[in-house]
Amino acid sequence: MTSKSAFWQGFQAGLPFVLIVCPFGLLFGVVATEAGLELRETMAMTALVIAGASQFTALQLMAEQAPTFVVIGAALAVNMRMAMYSASMAPHIGGAPVWQRAIAAYFLVDQTYAASIQKYQDHPDMTLRIKMIYFFGVVTPICPLWYVFTYIGAVSGSTIPESFALDFAVPITFIALVAPALRSLPHIAAAFVSVVVALALSWIPFSLGLIVAAALAMVTGAEVEKWKERRS
Amino acid sequence: MIDLATPTIWFIILLLGIGTFLIRFSFIGVLGNRRLPDYVMRLLRFVPVAVMPGLVAPLIVWPQATGGEPDLPRLTAAVAALLIGAATRSLLGAIVGGMSVLYLMLYLTS
Repeated sequence: MTSKSAFWQGFQAGLPFVLIVCPFGLLFGVVATEAGLELRETMAMTALVIAGASQFTALQLMAEQAPTFVVIGAALAVNMRMAMYSASMAPHIGGAPVWQRAIAAYFLVDQTYAASIQKYQDHPDMTLRIKMIYFFGVVTPICPLWYVFTYIGAVSGSTIPESFALDFAVPITFIALVAPALRSLPHIAAAFVSVVVALALSWIPFSLGLIVAAALAMVTGAEVEKWKERRS
Repeated sequence: MIDLATPTIWFIILLLGIGTFLIRFSFIGVLGNRRLPDYVMRLLRFVPVAVMPGLVAPLIVWPQATGGEPDLPRLTAAVAALLIGAATRSLLGAIVGGMSVLYLMLYLTS
């Protein structure tokens, strides 16, 4: 794979996410402005954090006059799953120069992670350089549009009508991302445990139940895989 | 309505930005090229299927748009996206298929 084709393959893998990044960015711009943030504050948050769910959490808590440390703690808790993404990316891109790793870490959002890790796991022969280029290919159609559409939402105040049911585009996209990975019993078992525990612990605030669900699901997947290996 | 002093708002934005970056950089930054124990590598291979299903399950079962009431069109659309994605391995196919089923079901049940 040449660097050029790796970039374009990544770009194509990132392209479908445009469907959700645009409306979601638009919505954040509108909601942040309506909540009383100035344009430069809205844009600074979107550019520094690039994590929709935690930005909405921060907005809501700020509007509810929660203490400052509660706002920050809760919004960061929503992002804790990204530590798992980071650990899972480390074996693939950990060898890159630190400045490249820092830039990649900044752009490590759900969509760029999911698309890249799937490619890396399917193609273990990819070199470090090609993996990096592929990652930035995925980033290119996703992250810039997040900033642009937050800006459009903040300035225009217009959002997509509710009848388009775009609220559901986010879950659908994640299902579409995970479905192809459910190709073996260990993967299916892990996904099952993740769903059941996440639902059972959904009463825990700020998605912290998800961290427990993910940890149990990882152990389940690994143990089922070991059991299968012993049997064969 | 947010009724905070401007410096407080900037303090929150900056700390949130720095904190989120540190979470994302954590393992990529510290581990570098170090080889991890085999069992840890095995666990890490399951991160996508361990995080994403749990992330979306509550959004599907208790959708925000219906005020948290389980909703037949959304459940059907989720199952359709899952089946199409598993059968075809096409991301776009699963998204378009799932959303089409959602619109069809919303139309039929309205």
